[in-house]
Amino acid sequence: MTTVSRISRPLRTAARRAKRSWIGWAFVAPFMAAFAVVIVAPLAYTVYLSLFRQKMIGGNAFVGVENYTQQLTNPVFWDALLRVSLYMLVQVPIMVAIALAAALALDSARLYAARLFRLAIFLPYAVPGVVAALMWGYMYGTHFGLIGNLDDFFGITLPDPLSSNLVLASIGNIMVWLTIGYNMLVFYSALKVVPGELYEAAEIDGAGAFRVIRAIKLPAIRPALGVAIVFAVIGAFQLFNEPNILKVLAPNAISSHFTPNMYAYNLSFAGQQYNMSATVAILMGLITVVVAYIIQRVAARKEA
Amino acid sequence: MSSTSRWRRSLKKTTVIGAVGLAVIAGLTGCAGATPAAAPETSAADMKAAVDKGADLTLWTWSTNVQNAVDAFEKLHPKVKIEIVNVGTGAAHYTKLENAIKAGSGAPDLATIEYSALPQFALKDALVDLNKFGFDKLEKQFTASTWNNVNVNGGLYELPHNAAPMALFYNKTVFDKYGVDVPTTWDEYADAAAKLHAANPDTYIAADTGDAGTTTSMIWAAGGHPFSTTGDSTVKIDLADKGTKKVADLWTPLINDKLLLPAAGWSTEWYQGLANGNIATLTAGAWMAGTLASGVPTGAGQWRVAPLPTYEKGEKASAENGGGGYAVLKQSSTQKQLVAAAFIKFMDAGDGVQVMMKAGQFPSTVADLDSDAFLSAKNDFFGGQEVNKVFAQSAKDVLPGWQYLPYQAYANSVFGDTVGQAYNGSTTLSAGLLDWQSALEDYGTQQGFTVTK
Repeated sequence: MTTVSRISRPLRTAARRAKRSWIGWAFVAPFMAAFAVVIVAPLAYTVYLSLFRQKMIGGNAFVGVENYTQQLTNPVFWDALLRVSLYMLVQVPIMVAIALAAALALDSARLYAARLFRLAIFLPYAVPGVVAALMWGYMYGTHFGLIGNLDDFFGITLPDPLSSNLVLASIGNIMVWLTIGYNMLVFYSALKVVPGELYEAAEIDGAGAFRVIRAIKLPAIRPALGVAIVFAVIGAFQLFNEPNILKVLAPNAISSHFTPNMYAYNLSFAGQQYNMSATVAILMGLITVVVAYIIQRVAARKEA
Repeated sequence: MSSTSRWRRSLKKTTVIGAVGLAVIAGLTGCAGATPAAAPETSAADMKAAVDKGADLTLWTWSTNVQNAVDAFEKLHPKVKIEIVNVGTGAAHYTKLENAIKAGSGAPDLATIEYSALPQFALKDALVDLNKFGFDKLEKQFTASTWNNVNVNGGLYELPHNAAPMALFYNKTVFDKYGVDVPTTWDEYADAAAKLHAANPDTYIAADTGDAGTTTSMIWAAGGHPFSTTGDSTVKIDLADKGTKKVADLWTPLINDKLLLPAAGWSTEWYQGLANGNIATLTAGAWMAGTLASGVPTGAGQWRVAPLPTYEKGEKASAENGGGGYAVLKQSSTQKQLVAAAFIKFMDAGDGVQVMMKAGQFPSTVADLDSDAFLSAKNDFFGGQEVNKVFAQSAKDVLPGWQYLPYQAYANSVFGDTVGQAYNGSTTLSAGLLDWQSALEDYGTQQGFTVTK
């Protein structure tokens, strides 16, 4: 048996390889078809669009990478990108830190009314982003909103959350409020699967609560942390709903190119510059992929 | 087999694309070498035959009262069915229309296009030139300014459906309470702004966070001509001309002294300000009468309408602020185009005008603007004032020769990025206007226009 198989192995593998390339494809065909239609085709079409330029006068023309060079030297594009980068650097750590603290507090089992606490923190995530932005937009109003009421009641003048200087922070606040619950739940479920023996061992070794967090809990949820951060970063780059809705209330503080997504949206829908819009979309996609990859690499290296 | 059909399909696609391309080229050259046709290509008899034969039309609009004219037309011509579809308001509507035109199919037979957006669609060669139905002969029926609005580069793309002459809407109780006179000149307006705000720090002459439509109308009323298009590809932009400067000089101190309530139009704060008297005046088109009555019902009896203030005392100068009409799209079949044209003629220059006026429409037809019944109608919301007299006078005083950009929708979308920055103090109004100009020059150049100053 062994000899036979040893002799025929090269032959068989070759045959299997030839066969596999067909049968394998047949098995993945349903997926590949869906993948080609839903993922590849739109991407390919976007790339195709980004290589042309449609003008009101002069029609459509192939321009090669000209759209790309133009966007990469366009201060408006960089302005939008820098704004979401700044937002990401501040919002993501704050959100992750609060969500982590909440998850650890829940997991400590020393919380009074833990279920209520968990529900209360998770509830904002159940509020649609559009509704949240409208609600906060109303609270931020300095004339008739909550801020206006506080000003009147206490006879003070609070800074206007929708002014040019503060509007990014105000949006960050909405997003933190919205996303803490979800991330807390992710961390909390990662903590739930830590085997109880580890805690027992730690207790026997005389480890304090903070020692347990540092030596057991944090390493245990590191993968979850990595995933959560990657999603938060992607979310930050894709910021759109909240500024787009608040723009109605603060039309001058939030420009039409406040975030890269708003910029792409307005290029397409206000200016009919579909080609430029496709270019911005591709560029942002590439930048997001690179940043997400770097974060994953950093997370993976720490784990190793 | 499958490969043949695939071939055929792709071949079909290329021919379609090619045909569209050719049509565009033909349209462009047609425009460039257009000579006004002596006789219309289609006669009234053709149109009557088409209407008798009947057709199912689609009409895209966000107007709430056009159904009245459709009902009346369908009653007269039972074989015609016009389905009204609301695909969105303003920019959303235009986006859908742009997409359908770009796609080459799926556009309606008729669509609302405001005067400010008309050049954009006319230049795309997406609309039927109504001169071919002999509608140029209807010119005498309409006010000069609205007729000017529907003629783009030698083509007639709509009949004026309504007019939106500007006026000053003011809250009389507020002016009475603080003993301030209603302004007749812009100098008086600025004085009133200061007096009202001094009398009550919560009271503002107006709410303004920078609105492209209002600002362009203000420039129009000040005699400015910042935009002009010659031929179909040369655009002139000058946002520092005499009229524009007048507006900037008037508005800059109001912004600097914080005499304008920073609430965007149609926001909650805006409605509340109108209801509680914190916003004392509005400068807008005649349609604002309806908006106020439905949006601020508690203000009934408090508001009045006055002529738009002028720069010199006794001067006659006004502008349009909005308004538009219905255009026939080229994607529509010949038969449907004839029916659509017949409907437009009925609604805008025929018996439909009375139907629309009953539904609250402000007319663009000279005869109706001069009719006693219209002029002496008392408006209860405005304390029984004969507001149409003010609007009708304003319609006559509209300064001639105004043009919008062939990409006004885009221009309005970047107004906040440029001029709007003056409202949060990061630049001055004059500088903001120049920023707007350079953004519009860049866009125009990118779109293939020759842009001059």
